[in-house]
Amino acid sequence: MKKDTSHINSLENEAIYIMREVAAQFEKPVLLFSGGKDSITLVRLAVKAFYPAKVPFPLLHIDTGHNFPETIEFRDRLCKELGLELIVRNVQDSIDEGKVKEESGRYASRNMLQTTTLLDALEEFKFDAAIGGARRDEEKARAKERIFSVRDDFGQWDEKNQRPELFDMLNGAIDHGQNVRVFPISNWTELDVWSYIEKENIEIPSIYFAHKRKVFLRDGMIWSAEDGVVYRDENEEVIEKMVRFRTVGDMSCTAAVYSDAVSISKVVEEIRDSTISERGARIDDKRSEGAMEKRKQQGYF
Amino acid sequence: MEVLKIATAGSVDDGKSTLIGRILYDTKSLTSDKLKAIEDKSEQLGYDYLDFSLATDGLMAEREQGITIDVAHIYFSTKKKSYIIADTPGHVEYTRNMVTGASTSQASIVLIDARKGVIEQTNRHFFINNLLRIKDVVVAINKMDLVDYSEEVYNKIKADFTELMSKRDYQDQKITFIPVSALKGDNVVNKTDKMPWYKGEALLEHLEQLDKADIFNSGTPRFPVQYVIRPKTEEFHDYRGYAGKVYGGDLSVGDDIIVLPSKTRSKIKDIYFYDEKYETASRRSSVTITLENDINVSRGDMIVKENDLPTIDKQFTANVCWMDSNQLTPGGKYIVQHGVNKVLAKVDRINHKINPDYSGFEKNVTGLNINDIASVSFKLNKPIFYDQFKNHRTNGSFIIIDPQSNNTVGAGFIQ
Repeated sequence: MKKDTSHINSLENEAIYIMREVAAQFEKPVLLFSGGKDSITLVRLAVKAFYPAKVPFPLLHIDTGHNFPETIEFRDRLCKELGLELIVRNVQDSIDEGKVKEESGRYASRNMLQTTTLLDALEEFKFDAAIGGARRDEEKARAKERIFSVRDDFGQWDEKNQRPELFDMLNGAIDHGQNVRVFPISNWTELDVWSYIEKENIEIPSIYFAHKRKVFLRDGMIWSAEDGVVYRDENEEVIEKMVRFRTVGDMSCTAAVYSDAVSISKVVEEIRDSTISERGARIDDKRSEGAMEKRKQQGYF
Repeated sequence: MEVLKIATAGSVDDGKSTLIGRILYDTKSLTSDKLKAIEDKSEQLGYDYLDFSLATDGLMAEREQGITIDVAHIYFSTKKKSYIIADTPGHVEYTRNMVTGASTSQASIVLIDARKGVIEQTNRHFFINNLLRIKDVVVAINKMDLVDYSEEVYNKIKADFTELMSKRDYQDQKITFIPVSALKGDNVVNKTDKMPWYKGEALLEHLEQLDKADIFNSGTPRFPVQYVIRPKTEEFHDYRGYAGKVYGGDLSVGDDIIVLPSKTRSKIKDIYFYDEKYETASRRSSVTITLENDINVSRGDMIVKENDLPTIDKQFTANVCWMDSNQLTPGGKYIVQHGVNKVLAKVDRINHKINPDYSGFEKNVTGLNINDIASVSFKLNKPIFYDQFKNHRTNGSFIIIDPQSNNTVGAGFIQ
């Protein structure tokens, strides 16, 4: 019997329902793929939702140029194995075209710059729905996000004027030029995602597991000293430690945590016992109290 | 482990966000960085206690004004259950968010300020919970610390609330009264010794012991077809799968079914979930069904059991909660979305409106304003397949979409 009794099953059933609504209600959907665990989970859910047919939409990766090399390699392999169409657009191109300006200084990050490249890509391909792996438990502005979140011509989020979502009914009606951000795993927590990855035996990039890495410490956080992306002062000493990453955003704003978790089950255990939140290691959220909300208003996903 | 979705309702300053913050704190669900942010902010604002509402009020305007504007979703879990709390605002103008929060919830907490007792807003909160047929409602009488933990105050509020209950349509609703202090943590997660006269459970204890029968309405199986899966590959050449979510009851291989609206008969051949076959699909599972006969089925059609048909009609009457600043008026044209099915609809007439204080009905109404709740009759351009809301929460509800703005402007519960 196909049951909905367990917690993770009911979240999976809900997400599959949302995937199918996207395919049915929109003309040209796309799945935003970062190579992180949340978007890998989305890919798995999409495959399950449409089996034995192919996933009826492509993946779009906005490459900051500061991604962990392990993530990129993983991305290409996953798409090849599952026969998925992958579109890549580069933040570097937006910089070269003069559309955005590279930040400088200690906390320079390309995270904010992604928004422009993303909005341009949505317009270029005329995508009317973009599926993302954001979760409500991540951050308090995201806690207010809808499953179908309507964006205007400028990709902006009007948080005070959101469509009410009742029962299972998702209203994807939009005008020409508007688009909808869709969040099928809205109701999942970080632990849920990890439990699902464990249950489904889903492969994820190696940086999620504990490994030896050259790092340096700043503001109580652990930064990668490899690849030369993160700005480091000369007096910030490089040390080698066992670490892993809980999120795999742009290297310049993603800090590592000390960890011995070398397998999924160890990671699940570690998260269960963790006393610091997932985005606690994301410097982009710490810029101000309303950092995420402001970025979302501008079209960040 | 199960998921329990809970809606909260209360007026401004009843301490709803504080209650949720307290639950998170006492169940050790707040991570150290979030707790630190709350401590810092409380100190910065000059409070002499931790302001747990800072954990949930996510928008800048909310933090500035100290109020909750939009529905926030909060997640925590215990060893027994995973909880999702829809924290909905209590202001009059945000009734629509309360209805929204309650629509996806199986249980609800109504907050009352012990100093104020049952007020007009309590009436509204309870009315909405009753209208949406939430099976289990907890009335949390908060701020007991400010009334010296008085049993008399508690009894008075309980009596006043019981009076409200007697007037309600859905009489089987289970209601539990719990005296609490969210600020001090009395009877929220842990039982307090300050109210020895209260023999019941703490709030979380109560939620922990609810089981499926307490929270889910049962019904007959309904399978609205969401998406038709046609792989068109060598291996699955003739495969035609109907993807959707099962509502109300179970469906099994071999069941005699009817496809609506064509009323074509067939049998369920296979039930797939991904690449595995199952004998039975239980309610709320997202499966793919194949049928014995090669018949034409498309999105918006509904597969039901042969001996268990819903009403098939081009008109219905429903309780409508209006959510738009533009009025709903007789003759108005809208799109009704019933499950995954969309039809054109015209407002035939407004039968009566519920008074703002929920004391009775108002007839001869010319239009509905935002947050009004009224009985409205609709005519449709083609039939839909519905059940009464009281018999089927999913198949008895719909949303109203304004074809001009594309916005969701109302919700309805079929009578």
